[in-house]
Formats: sequence, structure tokens, C-alpha cells
Amino acid sequence: MQGHSHYTPTSGIGKWMDSRLPVPRLVYDSFIAYPVPKNLNYFYTFGAILSFMLVSQIITGVVLAMHYTAHVDLAFNSVEKIMRDVNYGWMIRYLHSNGASMFFIAVYIHIFRGLYYGSYKAPREVLWILGVIIYLLMMATAFLGYVLPWGQMSLWGAVVITNLFSAIPLVGPTIVEFLWGGYSVDQPTLNRFFSLHYLLPFMIAGVVVLHVWALHVTGQNNPTGVEVKDVKKDTVPFTPYATIKDAVGLVFFLVFFMWFAFFQPNYLGHAVNYVPADPLVTPPHIVPEWYFLPFYAILRAITFDINLIIFTIPSKLGGVLAMFAAIAVLAFLPWLDTSKVKSSAYRPLHKQFFWAFVVVCVMLGWLGSKPAEYPYTVLSLIFTGLYFAYFLVVLPLLGLFETPRQLPASIADAVLGKNRGAAPVTAGAAAAPQTKG
Amino acid sequence: MTRFSLRMAAAGLAGLALAASLSPASAAGQVEPPRFNWSWAGVFGTFDRAQLQRGFQVYKEVCAACHGLELVSFRNLAQPGGPGFSTAQAAQIAADWIHKVREIGDDGQPAERTPRLADRIPGPFPNKKAAEAASGGKAPPDLSLMPKARTYERGFPRFLFDIVTLYQETGADYVKAFLTGYEDGHEVPPGTHYNKYYPGNAVAMPNVLQDGQVTYSDGSPQTAKQYAADVTAFLMWTAEPHMEQRKRIGFQVILFLLVLGGLVYFTKKKVWKDVEGHA
Repeated sequence: MQGHSHYTPTSGIGKWMDSRLPVPRLVYDSFIAYPVPKNLNYFYTFGAILSFMLVSQIITGVVLAMHYTAHVDLAFNSVEKIMRDVNYGWMIRYLHSNGASMFFIAVYIHIFRGLYYGSYKAPREVLWILGVIIYLLMMATAFLGYVLPWGQMSLWGAVVITNLFSAIPLVGPTIVEFLWGGYSVDQPTLNRFFSLHYLLPFMIAGVVVLHVWALHVTGQNNPTGVEVKDVKKDTVPFTPYATIKDAVGLVFFLVFFMWFAFFQPNYLGHAVNYVPADPLVTPPHIVPEWYFLPFYAILRAITFDINLIIFTIPSKLGGVLAMFAAIAVLAFLPWLDTSKVKSSAYRPLHKQFFWAFVVVCVMLGWLGSKPAEYPYTVLSLIFTGLYFAYFLVVLPLLGLFETPRQLPASIADAVLGKNRGAAPVTAGAAAAPQTKG
Repeated sequence: MTRFSLRMAAAGLAGLALAASLSPASAAGQVEPPRFNWSWAGVFGTFDRAQLQRGFQVYKEVCAACHGLELVSFRNLAQPGGPGFSTAQAAQIAADWIHKVREIGDDGQPAERTPRLADRIPGPFPNKKAAEAASGGKAPPDLSLMPKARTYERGFPRFLFDIVTLYQETGADYVKAFLTGYEDGHEVPPGTHYNKYYPGNAVAMPNVLQDGQVTYSDGSPQTAKQYAADVTAFLMWTAEPHMEQRKRIGFQVILFLLVLGGLVYFTKKKVWKDVEGHA
């Protein structure tokens, strides 16, 4: 959809610049003239919201770093100094700590939007994989950041998560010592985590550029999943149409964000993290932040050794593998889903499985917050199975057996209500390109 | 969402509720603290100055014998949104403080001096080792952040309602309940005391609040319950000294965003009105 550029510089400076470094042309083509499908709903504003959140996190984070001290004896009190003595420091810190949660709320909506409308399918596979990489970097960044206040959960969360790598055969313990910079989570660990916490957001920004670039090459998917056929009829220019709609989405998202940041800033955190880190006292429940809970449940679901005849996978390694596989499987999604129809609006069965999958994720999140004991371990195992079944069984098979509804001929037709609520295609029409023959 | 998927979602939620009801009681033996009507709760909540001053008095006369308040300076007592002491009063409080500032004197020897406005409030012990030695091996925790550092589990589905009702005082409710939660007649290990609300019930700290122990000058009831409420309020302020400013600014921010959101929304409607299929 990139196509021909329609940018014509009018001023002398504009013409001069355009023939040397055409930045204004890039901006014009990407954020003004860029055609977007005219049927995008508000779920499509989360890309803009996420861009805003990334910038917001970087700005508040840079200010926090000016006042923070990455030292095991000083970190906790330096954060409290920000809360007490730095002008509006409490606001900057609460915006940053709650901002992390909001970033994840937005990214989860963004990801589920992609799952529902099949946005990962050809030709958007690379776009989707770049998104998975951003998500992975976000998780690393959030984990590193949570360690910095050096409260009890900071320390013990770091201990639990870094210890996961010790499950890797042969090199595990070496890797863990390398991560720690010593023989326990201590000063070198905190110092390097601070360094990396400052680095990763800029790597995210770099991958976001690629993500947006890939998006602008393929063009946006849309709620019908039908590709743009006629730019004039099916699309509107990004500015003012998408810009103003994104602004509406962003402002109302900010209302939600500010409700947390100003009226319940500690709701999403853990009270025990207001107790300074103490390597000699283990908290009764070590629980990660809410956005990691589904993966934490998957990690703890494997409580038994897996005997594969030739060799045995110990339970700890099994849990670690399951957890990483739960994220890695997302990257293979474009090839696991065999349906040629993108949008769930035209996939009656997938729509149901999609919502079942949402429920499975919520249940895993709830299980992740519970202690590792009966009945939670058994439930975790069941829901872990269901999680993987969605990707490895449901999506590959559904494309073969599901009869999709009749797709609209074009986005413009869908907008005008043609073919809306049309009956599922009959067997005779199954040879149509939108169905899997 | 189709009707079917609504049903799926409902079924999922029902499953969640069932699972929640099956769950064994959270932390062993912890009794849920009763809810208390705090003055600072909600969007427009503010601290009760007189209560914070009384709470400070309780801290000074009771808690400060064992517990420090190391994140708070005397100057904080006179800052807006706090107990409302004047600067002169705060300076007087510093001068009269029960513990001295410990430092290294000009001769290189440990020395003590009278605290000033700029000093952190000195605690009862010169260092952690001294605190441990005087308290049976475990130093009494610093109180600066206590109501934010303690809580009790709300569980599903109450934690969802709390987002809307803004019940954020779980920590304060716990601290107040803890202070009045001591009971006699229970078997506990030597050196510990039975507290109904403490997780595990056996706590090293004895029951310290007795009726009539602290003499109030403003006519408030001189009961252990009142002392507990007052000192909890004071500690909530030490934990979150800018809470009043936070809630005030938060209200302005949200009001601004709602107005802006309305304007942007109607601008969007106008921009889109000529696009087919959009009203």
C-alpha cells in the first residue's frame, strides 16, 4: 500500500530539504497521506496508544533515573526520596510504575485484537513476529524495572526468575552466575539490571520503527479481513481520520490510566515491595506482577518429570520450556492457522474458540496468583494444555473444517452494509477463494 | 460478541467464581480485619489534622520506644497536607525529641546532639545490631511505610469491585486491627503474643496500647481503639505524605481529560461525518 508518494514540497526550504534528506516526505507519506481502511474500529487505536505509552515510560523513566541510586543499600531509600522530596516525584514514579501495567493492558488488547481479526496472516507475518519480539522485550524491561526499587518482591522475584535459567542442562548454572555477576542476586545484579532497564526501551523503540514500517508496507488489516481493493473507495487518509480517532481512544485510555495513577497507585503492585529487600527473609508468596501471571502459571504447571524414554526432562526444565514455548508459539501463529479467512467476524467457530482462549488466559492469570498447591497445580496443568491446544490443535484443524461466512466483496461494501449477516456459504461455494478447499 | 460467546464468557466467569469459592483460606489463620471509615478514603479524602497530631503523639509516647521512623524528617511535620504543625512547633518538637541525633563529633568520637528541623526523626537504636540485641534478635521494623507495606488478600471478585469503589485502605485497616487484635488465653511459643489478625498469630510485639495510656488535650476518647486509629492515620501520612496533593491533582487531571475527551470525540464525529457508513 506504500505506492507512489504524493508529497509535493511547496516552500523553498521544503524543496531544498526534499532533494537532500526527505524527512518531511517520509512524515507526509507515513502519517498524513497513508491510507487506512475506513472501517477500523476503536480496537485499532491501541497501536497509537502503545506508541504514546512507550514515549511516556521513557520520559518518566529518564527523570526517575536522575534521582535513583542503583545500590543495594541505597536504592530503596532513593526511591522513597523521589516519593517524598523530589518535586512531583511521587507523580512521576506512580505514572511510571502504573504506566508499565497500562502498557501491558494496551498490548494485551492489541494482541487479542490481532488474534480476533487474523492480523497475523499473510502478508503480515513479519509485522506480527516483530510484534512478538516487542512483547518479549517489554516483558524483559518490565521485569528488570520491577527489581530496581529493591523491595522484598524486587529481590525475590529476581531470585526466582534468574534461577529459571539454572534449569538449562550443562550451562545453566554458569548462565545464572553470569546474569547475577556473582553467586547470588546482589549489588552487581542490581547495577546491571539498571543498565539494561535503561537500554531495552530504546531497543523496543527500534523494533517499533520496524513494526510500523512493516505495517506501512502491507497496510492495515481491518475488521473484515478483506484487503484494500480500491484505495479511493476503501480507505481514508491517516490524517485527519485516523489521527483524530486515535486521539479519542488515547484520551479515554488516559482517563483509565490516571484513575489508577492518582487514586489507587499501589493497587497493581505488591504491599510487600514497600518492605526493603532482605536476603535472609523469604516472603510467604513470591508472585510476579499481574501481567506475567499466565506464564507463571504455565511455569509451575509442570510438576513432574517428563520421561521421553531416551532421556528425561526434569520438572523444572519442563516448566521453563513450557513457559518459553508459550511465548514462542505466538511467533509461529501465521503458519499454525490454516484458515484463509482472516477475520473472526466471518469465522463462526473460530469466534467461539477465540473467546474460550481469552477465558483460558484469564484463568491462567488467576492460577498464577495462587500458591503452588492442590488444586491449583492440577488446574494449571489443564489450562496450560488448553492454552497450547488453541495454537497447536484448534487453529490448524479449524481452517480445514470450518465453513466461513460469505466475505464482503470489498471494505466499501462491508461499510455500506452489503452482505451483512449473509448465510454461511453452501458446499457448492466452498471452492471460493476465501474458504479452504 | 455473539450470544454464544457471551455465554462462553459467562461460563468462564462462573468457573472462576467456583474455583475462588473452592480455594482454601488464604494465609494460615489470618482473620480479615474489619473495615474502618478513614477520613482520607475516596477521591476527595483528606487527612484529619487533629487526628494526625494525636497519632504523632501516640507514636512519640508509645511506638518510638522501639520503632524508628527513618524516612520522615521533622520539617515534614510542618509541610502542607500533613499534621499541620507550624514550623515553630515542628522545631520545638525536634528540640524536645526523646532520642538524640547520633553522629561522629569533631574529635572523631561518637557524639549526640539535639535534633533540628532538617534532621530525620532519630529512632530508638543507634544501629541495626543494637536494635536486634535489645529486641530478642529481630529488629522492630521501621514504621515509615507500614500501612503501604501491609495488606490482606481481597480475593475474587472483591478485588475487581475495589477498582470502582476505590477501597484502597486494606493496609490501614490491617494495621489498626493488628494494634487492637491481641487476645489472652491462646497457646503461643514463648516470647510471642497472640494476635488475631497477625498471619500465623504469634507475634513478638506485645500489646502496647492500653486505655488511658496517652493523655489527649483535645478531648478525644482516650481508648486503645482511638489510639490505634490515630496512630494508623499518622502512619498513613508518613507512608504517603503527598496523598492530598495527589488526589487533588488527580481530580483535576481526570476532569480535564473528560472535557478534552468530549471535545475530541465531537471533533472526530465532525471529521468522519462525510465518510460513507459513519454517522
